Amino acid sequence: MPANAWAVPAVLVGALLPLVVLVSDYFTGQLGANPIQRAEQQTGVLALILILLSLATTPLRLLAARVNVRLLWPAKVRKTLGLTGALYAGVHLVIYGLDKGFNPLGLLTDAVKRPYITVGLTALLLLIPLVLTSRKDSVRRLGFERWTRLHRLSYVVAALGVLHFWWSVKKDHSGPLAALVVLLVLFGVRLLLQNRKKARTGTPNVASGD
Amino acid sequence: SLPSRVYHGPYDTKEPMSKIADITGYNNYYEFGLDKSDPARNAGKLKTRPWTVQISGLVKKPQTVDIDTLQSWFPLEDRLYRMRCVEGWSLVIPWLGFPLAALLRRIEPTAGAKYIQFTSLADPAQMPGVRDPVLNWPYSEALRLDEAMNPLALMAVGLDGRILPNQNGAPLRLVVPWKYGFKNIKAITHIKLLAEQPKTTWSIAAPDEYGFYANVNPAVDHPRWSQATERRIGDLGRRPTLPFNGYGAQVAGLYKGMDLRRNF
Repeated sequence: MPANAWAVPAVLVGALLPLVVLVSDYFTGQLGANPIQRAEQQTGVLALILILLSLATTPLRLLAARVNVRLLWPAKVRKTLGLTGALYAGVHLVIYGLDKGFNPLGLLTDAVKRPYITVGLTALLLLIPLVLTSRKDSVRRLGFERWTRLHRLSYVVAALGVLHFWWSVKKDHSGPLAALVVLLVLFGVRLLLQNRKKARTGTPNVASGD
Repeated sequence: SLPSRVYHGPYDTKEPMSKIADITGYNNYYEFGLDKSDPARNAGKLKTRPWTVQISGLVKKPQTVDIDTLQSWFPLEDRLYRMRCVEGWSLVIPWLGFPLAALLRRIEPTAGAKYIQFTSLADPAQMPGVRDPVLNWPYSEALRLDEAMNPLALMAVGLDGRILPNQNGAPLRLVVPWKYGFKNIKAITHIKLLAEQPKTTWSIAAPDEYGFYANVNPAVDHPRWSQATERRIGDLGRRPTLPFNGYGAQVAGLYKGMDLRRNF
């Protein structure tokens, strides 16, 4: 079995384990005095972490390639990370609904009145087309260009997720700040690599002409 | 020895008391860390004896008094109060303490005194959270003098008939149950009477989110979340939040004619 064959199962287990622990902690009373809130926060953070990790895979592969290391596993686990991130986001919404007593009207009011809910819910809705086009044949059916453009939405989702996280905490912004830094680094690496690519293959200019 | 627990005085709620484990294990006390479980973990090291409280400002009897002397001045009373956190959760807590009004009568504010300001200990050697500039240390809070004279306003030194656990604000904390929890300043070292309304820690940190009054008010949302409901710790669902945390009959008169949307 090639080494890369382990990547997807390993990521899947790693991504789902926190959910198993969360459920078991809930039933054994390990979530503290306010278990609903704790579960809400943990699933939200896990969703964001997994989405950021899925966004990190391509820059990681490209950076490795620049130092002549050919990594195959990042591309393989990207989808698993994205889908499990979306799963946590969905569970996060369900727990939020439970927290508010499953009141759809209340959720709608919140979505309109509270910017952090508006932003979080928007991120969640934007995840839907990404999940729906995550199948292998979706790339072929949409065409590579269109699929790629659509999946750039994942950056929007992550940015909205960070903003949602930022606005939802009372005072301690260390978690949201860490997420923001990761997001900015990922953006930065992308821009850098894109410019290099343009400089190498793009329109002739003084620098590349000889 | 301490008096036996009686929770059917005129100010006691008839609601069931929260679990002591929740009262002493789920705390907002940023001097000991930002997580709710940090205070229980980190506050044990705080030395609460010897402890002095400095009383100054516009009073006839300014003094620095030892905490044991201070609490010996007054008969201690049990009070079962609701506590509503600004974050949307609540507890029912069996405090032991003395009315703030009794202390004020003893120290005798002068005619010009209009506000009472409290300051907490901020010792980075004992309080790891103080090394983090998440708030403007030391923590300080204040009340209008007529609020402070209200019989509900309590200086707590105990909990459930025992000495106050450190994570709950030992050796001396304020309890004003009609206001959000953050008004209930802990580990008090200074009490000062002032003519002008002082700034308070949370209103400095986020003036659009936390006001001076901080009265529990389901009609005035926090800018980022609703204050209409709350989770009583231990419950799965939420219950409606009551104006002045259900203490309107005792305190609503203090705010007659005030716009509570502006004075939040």
